[in-house]
Amino acid sequence: MSKIVEIKNLSVSYMPGTPLQRDALRDVSFVVEKGEFRAIIGPQGSGKSTLLQVMAGLLQGEGRVTICGQDMSNKKNRAGLWRRVGVIFQYPERQLFEDTVFNDVAYGPINLGLSEAEVQRRVKTALQEVNLGEEVYHLSPFKLSGGQRRRAAVAGILAMEPEVLLLDEPTAGLDPRGKRQLMDLFSNLCRKQQVPVVLVSHDMEEVAHRADLVSVLYRGKIAMEGTPKEIFSRGKDLASLGLSTPFASQLSMALQEKGLPVQNMTTLPEAVREVERLLRLKGKVQ
Amino acid sequence: MSLFYNITIGQYYPGDSLLHRMDPRAKILAMPLVMASVLLAGGPVGYLAAGIPVLLALALAGIPLGTYWRGMKLLWVVLLISLVLQSLTYPGEALWQWGMIHVSREGFTLGMQLFYRLSLLILSVMIVTMTTTPVNLTAAMERLLQPFKRFGLPTHELAMMMTIALRFVPSLLEEAEAIIKAQQARGGSISTGSLNRRLQASVALLVPLLAGSLRRADELAVAMEARCYRGDTGRTQLKQFKYRLPDIIVLGVLLTSAIAVAATRGQA
Repeated sequence: MSKIVEIKNLSVSYMPGTPLQRDALRDVSFVVEKGEFRAIIGPQGSGKSTLLQVMAGLLQGEGRVTICGQDMSNKKNRAGLWRRVGVIFQYPERQLFEDTVFNDVAYGPINLGLSEAEVQRRVKTALQEVNLGEEVYHLSPFKLSGGQRRRAAVAGILAMEPEVLLLDEPTAGLDPRGKRQLMDLFSNLCRKQQVPVVLVSHDMEEVAHRADLVSVLYRGKIAMEGTPKEIFSRGKDLASLGLSTPFASQLSMALQEKGLPVQNMTTLPEAVREVERLLRLKGKVQ
Repeated sequence: MSLFYNITIGQYYPGDSLLHRMDPRAKILAMPLVMASVLLAGGPVGYLAAGIPVLLALALAGIPLGTYWRGMKLLWVVLLISLVLQSLTYPGEALWQWGMIHVSREGFTLGMQLFYRLSLLILSVMIVTMTTTPVNLTAAMERLLQPFKRFGLPTHELAMMMTIALRFVPSLLEEAEAIIKAQQARGGSISTGSLNRRLQASVALLVPLLAGSLRRADELAVAMEARCYRGDTGRTQLKQFKYRLPDIIVLGVLLTSAIAVAATRGQA
């Protein structure tokens, strides 16, 4: 597997050399490989968004940063990174500006300098992927509902067919079904087309369900790193950092405290299986 | 935040100095007095008398001098250019001559006077805005303008508009930065590319920014109405201002120095 994101000993400070200086990241090393789904969790102000912006080439810090094989200390490489890296910021629907949904989704592809036919193809595919039909193509983005607007904004990034996808709480404020659909889309992209995804999220269920690896940021440093199972089995450590665990992890911890023989679990289907097995063991269910 | 942190003009600098604790109304009233003495000053004694209160305030405010420097840098460049132009073009006794270039004594003095006066004026305004929170500043304005309410001046509404505008400046800057980054990630950078592309990119910034401000304004209006805001009818003030001894002393000193400066002008 090849390394798409490679960060070594990165430090970032805001307003360096002034009394208001704040260190956002301190000596962070971070690697994301092709086809990987990585989640970053951490309390507010732990540096998650800063790390994401460094990976998008929008911020520069001290340390070695290589994205898609390009050295980010080079200004030219940073300026051209948007061609390869797709970023979905918090509340991406706030960046919509064109007169129609179609034109807005086409903004990125046109900036890429693609032919008109290719732009058309990409916009249509992207809108289809996010489940927006032809009836919205010529509507103003401001006429759509909140959820539709979010999906249109996501389509605007997908239409650029990025090599890496960076997501900053992409499902915040959506209803459960909207959340699931959007995350299914990102998961599929990751599994089928091997596009690595870096997800910043506060939704532990989402993280447990989707991520291959989880990095925990705390006060600008990586405090833990591992599979969701490894991370969420350390519920007490996470709680001391001000983070919670998914329901299934809490359940397994509670059952283990009662002395019952259950494995560490992180997702709901796992929990269903474990509880069923347990009940069978006790002879309560056939 | 990183993009806009060098905007320092008019920014409050937290502290607990004598100037920070002064009644904001007194600080506002002090400004015209300082302006009067700075503008009326003529002759070396007058200039000195006009400058001393400003320098004293500078020392009392307890704000690092570098902060003023950052705010005044640009202005000083403009003033230096005007000083050079004035010295070169004003007719008069030659102070220094080299071929076509002729520096006149009168032009140089005039330029220096302008430089000194404007620097003092800007400094005094900066000292007031940096030692007073925007909320206190507008509240004091409202209180000072109260007498004109009788003549139909909507003082409360004006003050409320100012407070809201000031309150939204940081939010708008923050939102602008977020949108700039989001569009940059779609290839619409406002700092690179041809003029045409930059113009296009600025549309991609301004439309969402405007939509965002309308959304915020709407939310704020609903929030205010939900809390039964209906202007200043029957409204009491949370902040009660009171003139204290230092305020009266400062205003008295400034008034006498302004009169003294005006008097020296008469003699000169």
